[in-house]
Amino acid sequence: MNFRIISALVMRHLFLYSRTPMRMVELVFWPLVDLVVWGNVTVFIQKNSDAKFGGFILFFLGAMILWDILFRAQQGVAISFLEDVWTRNLLNIFVAPVRTAEYLSSTFVVGFLRILITCVVMSLVSWIGYSFNIFQLQWWLVPFFLNLMVFGWALGMISTALILRWGQAAESLAWAVPFFIQPVVCVFYRVEDMPAWSQPIAWLFPATPIFEGMREVMKTGSMSWNHLWLAAGLNVIYLSLAGWLFVWVLNLTRKRGLLTKFATQ
Amino acid sequence: MSAPDTREVILEARELTREFDGVKALDRFSFKLHRGEVLGLLGANGAGKTTAMNCLLGLTLPTSGELTAFGLPLQANRIKILQRSNFSSAYTALPGNLLVWQNLLVFARIYGVPNPKKKIAELLELLEIPHLQKRVTGQLSAGESTRVNLCKAFLNDPELLMLDEPTASLDPDIADKVRKVVRKVQRERSIAILYTSHNMRDIEEVCDRVIFLHKGKIVREGTPSDIVAQSSSDNLEDVFIKIARDGEILDEPKKDSAV
Repeated sequence: MNFRIISALVMRHLFLYSRTPMRMVELVFWPLVDLVVWGNVTVFIQKNSDAKFGGFILFFLGAMILWDILFRAQQGVAISFLEDVWTRNLLNIFVAPVRTAEYLSSTFVVGFLRILITCVVMSLVSWIGYSFNIFQLQWWLVPFFLNLMVFGWALGMISTALILRWGQAAESLAWAVPFFIQPVVCVFYRVEDMPAWSQPIAWLFPATPIFEGMREVMKTGSMSWNHLWLAAGLNVIYLSLAGWLFVWVLNLTRKRGLLTKFATQ
Repeated sequence: MSAPDTREVILEARELTREFDGVKALDRFSFKLHRGEVLGLLGANGAGKTTAMNCLLGLTLPTSGELTAFGLPLQANRIKILQRSNFSSAYTALPGNLLVWQNLLVFARIYGVPNPKKKIAELLELLEIPHLQKRVTGQLSAGESTRVNLCKAFLNDPELLMLDEPTASLDPDIADKVRKVVRKVQRERSIAILYTSHNMRDIEEVCDRVIFLHKGKIVREGTPSDIVAQSSSDNLEDVFIKIARDGEILDEPKKDSAV
């Protein structure tokens, strides 16, 4: 693994963001729309219901910010790859001395930077607009943040592998994949609130123990170690499988001669 | 008895075959490219040039056969080989939304070029495009874009360079400049170049040796002038057309020389 190469690939994206401010808007606009809509809804519910709904803002806005971490991490990987496809630069990268691990690592870093920007903006707006301070969520949430980001990377690799396999016709997967799992990973509700038959499915995804653990931390102020270890264990499996899938699809496209067609279409 | 060829082999393909759905795009394709040599790969559309180039770049895996570069098997040593090679094609582009210097700096860092800013300035000067440094890559003309791509291809002082139709869509003046620069740099640095083109002027001016492909097979090999001399054609373009229409026709010796 060569860090010079990873930094060069990251630098390319930094140049891109610095040159086109509209990309920054994209990073901030949709999260803000979500934040304002959900923020207003939770304020409305809170004003028109009894005290037991008092923690709604905390739960909803917290869940939304955490969901955005997952989504941005996944996007960092998938959109970085698509940028190379859209600009017909993919061949230049694949014929340069860049290892697959270096290429993927650079997309992870881009994903992390996207999260950082989105989180700072959302935290500021939720603090100013709804008096919701993200830091009241306790520092115990940091390991959950990190796990969510890793799961986002795994989803990003899966999305990218599918796009590589099925071509540009499958581009929409770059946005759709996280939403395929959203209903079952209990972002905004507890596992026990789901139908009984779907509960075992929910526990197959690292995001479920993360969101359950987050609610536990917010409720009790103490760490939910069981949830954290389960999320970390599942993440190791997901990250390994996603990495294997990406490399397998890449080799398959090389074997079938699809890589050049895909990269120059 | 001729003396043994002692030139260093930079790139070698042995019995390279590539099939797509049972159709052979390359059929037991073998060749050697030596240090300091420019080898032209010619053939009509579908003759197998692009498949050959893709196999040589490691973008497509051959169905069978062996590929070595710098004496190393390609697949097992891909990164080492790519570090000493480079590639430019009329069909790929550098990211259009970045400035020219930004694109070149990114690739200079990928290849680990020492003092990249100086190197970029030298190459822009060499290709007579220093004024493009701060231009948006996507807004360049075809000729400007080709020269920027060549800058990228020369960044790491490659020992092996693969150029895929570098003069496609260029006007004769720019094409001439590109050919001259390629030849100049190639001679100065003794680069081995694999060159594909549909422009016979390119081939005659740039290539030391030429391989004609037809239906994935080599049907002619030699210097451009030898190939013309051995055929019943007056120039390389006629040879190209005859091979494109019927690859086997050129297996017949030239009438004059047969007597």
